[in-house]
Amino acid sequence: MEISSGDGPGFITSKLESAIAWARKYSIFVYPFVTACCGMEYMSAASGHFDMDRFGAGLPRFSPRQADVLLVVGTVSHKISPILRRVYDQMCEPKWVVAFGVCTCTGGFYDNYATVQGIDTILPVDIYIPGCPPRPEAVLDGLIKLQTKIENQRHPLREL
Amino acid sequence: MTVAVKNMLLNVGPSHPAMHGVIRLITELEGETVVKVEAEIGYLHRAFEKSCEQSGWNQSVPYTDRLNYVSPLINNFGYCGAVEKLLGIEITERCQYIRVIMSEISRITDHLTCIAASAMELGAMTAFLYLMKAREYLYDIVEEVTGARLTVSYGRIGGVKADLPQEINEKLEQALVKCEKEIYEVDKLLTRNRIFIDRTRDVGILTKETALSYAINGPLGRSAGINYDVRKVFPYFAYDRVDFEVPLGERGDNYDRYLVRMEEMRQSVRIIRHAVKDIPGGPVNVDAEGNVLSSDELVDEAKLGHTAGLVNVVSRVEPTLEGSERPFHKRIMSEDKRVVLPNKGDTYGNIEGLMNHFKLIMNSHGIRPSKGDTYFPVEAANGELGFYVVSDGKDRPYRVRVRPPCFFAMAGLHTMLEGYMVADIVATFGSINMIAGELDR
Repeated sequence: MEISSGDGPGFITSKLESAIAWARKYSIFVYPFVTACCGMEYMSAASGHFDMDRFGAGLPRFSPRQADVLLVVGTVSHKISPILRRVYDQMCEPKWVVAFGVCTCTGGFYDNYATVQGIDTILPVDIYIPGCPPRPEAVLDGLIKLQTKIENQRHPLREL
Repeated sequence: MTVAVKNMLLNVGPSHPAMHGVIRLITELEGETVVKVEAEIGYLHRAFEKSCEQSGWNQSVPYTDRLNYVSPLINNFGYCGAVEKLLGIEITERCQYIRVIMSEISRITDHLTCIAASAMELGAMTAFLYLMKAREYLYDIVEEVTGARLTVSYGRIGGVKADLPQEINEKLEQALVKCEKEIYEVDKLLTRNRIFIDRTRDVGILTKETALSYAINGPLGRSAGINYDVRKVFPYFAYDRVDFEVPLGERGDNYDRYLVRMEEMRQSVRIIRHAVKDIPGGPVNVDAEGNVLSSDELVDEAKLGHTAGLVNVVSRVEPTLEGSERPFHKRIMSEDKRVVLPNKGDTYGNIEGLMNHFKLIMNSHGIRPSKGDTYFPVEAANGELGFYVVSDGKDRPYRVRVRPPCFFAMAGLHTMLEGYMVADIVATFGSINMIAGELDR
């Protein structure tokens, strides 16, 4: 079936792509890679009071194969960095990475021999949520920013 | 025909679906029975000691927050207590009570988190959500008092950051009532729950002898029947003036640990109520003689040299410094000027205060304890948390060694896992409440 004519995407394809992007935005399955303090705020953000479920990200998957978003929560030391990279590599496309907390963004105040100075030195990061640890409201704000990013992304459809 | 059977090696962690915390357990399995366990730690090593050695005495407080991030206040006060002992200074009576109240709030949040996480790992999601709700009420109080939810840095050498807010008593009582209700509901959900009992009763037994030989104390040791609680044995702050009991277990299994933690939370509530009733100081009125100036006006006046009239003026400070104005400052901070920053009214209002501030803040001045070392233990939520601080007379610590309660529990972890099933690893490990921050430092 001809779904596009000429060089640019056709009417059906572009509508389908935006429908898929909209659906992806509200069905985020996160993989919380929890190492440290930020995990406490992740727990707060995920449970009743702040309720990440309102934004369609309520179900954490503890298997990288089932997850869309890798939430790196807490300090990443050099010792754990290969494991983080491996978890990232195991995830299926499309995938996104959120750096949760300032340690994952830049290393934070752990400017020392043991800590990775920002996880963007080992993986591509989509959203940075700074804070030590970020308040649950900041986490939700980061989540909304990620959703906007997901909605505006277009992944080429496979040939039908 | 015989089939050669080989034991299987299985890695649990460091990022395992059913476990929290970063630790790697190398297990040897015979069928489904765990034969041998070796724990590999160090995945969250953040160079705590090195960082402390490179920053000043007071500047090390934020690093202590992140040791046991489930109960940061106890860590703050433990470190401050150690340095105070080294310096030989007394903190005020009111400050001691504030430290007790805040420590016990932290202890409750820690136990709530531990029970919540371990129940969730056994499939009890409802209990997790209920307990997180209860924790949120306490976080609100912590935020009200310290200004932060989690990494509070509320302790100062010689006192605390700020006095309790004036209307805190009612809010604290409301939070405690709501928290008790959640604990009661979880008690109804779990304590006589057949599934929960089957997963925890007689699983992961830690005998009294093993606990003693591995120096395991805290809720783990007490559930094995060791009557050791630093708050009772070596009372610090105001713990000798509040009433509480130390719950003891008999069998040392997962279920006993759960019961001990539940009872400790109730005892902590009791301590908080007692301390709030007994706390000296009472409400503070604005100084009778002192008129109130905003801090920028105070600075302007001081620059013009009009400092004579400013001695008794109370400065209105930024919201982040609230509770440390002149009338409050005296109640919560030690008198010792070698250690304690002057209140902002004095810093802005007279030259002595400004110099005192300058001497404590500037690089290579600061707090300078004389040469020596000391050990100061506090009862953290997981057991004895000790700080061994060494000073060489300079403005930064020579060494800050921590005795983390988790470290010893991890050394004895294999005795609690070997001989049980693979599925019991999750139940036992959850009940130990391993906190990687203080384990690896």
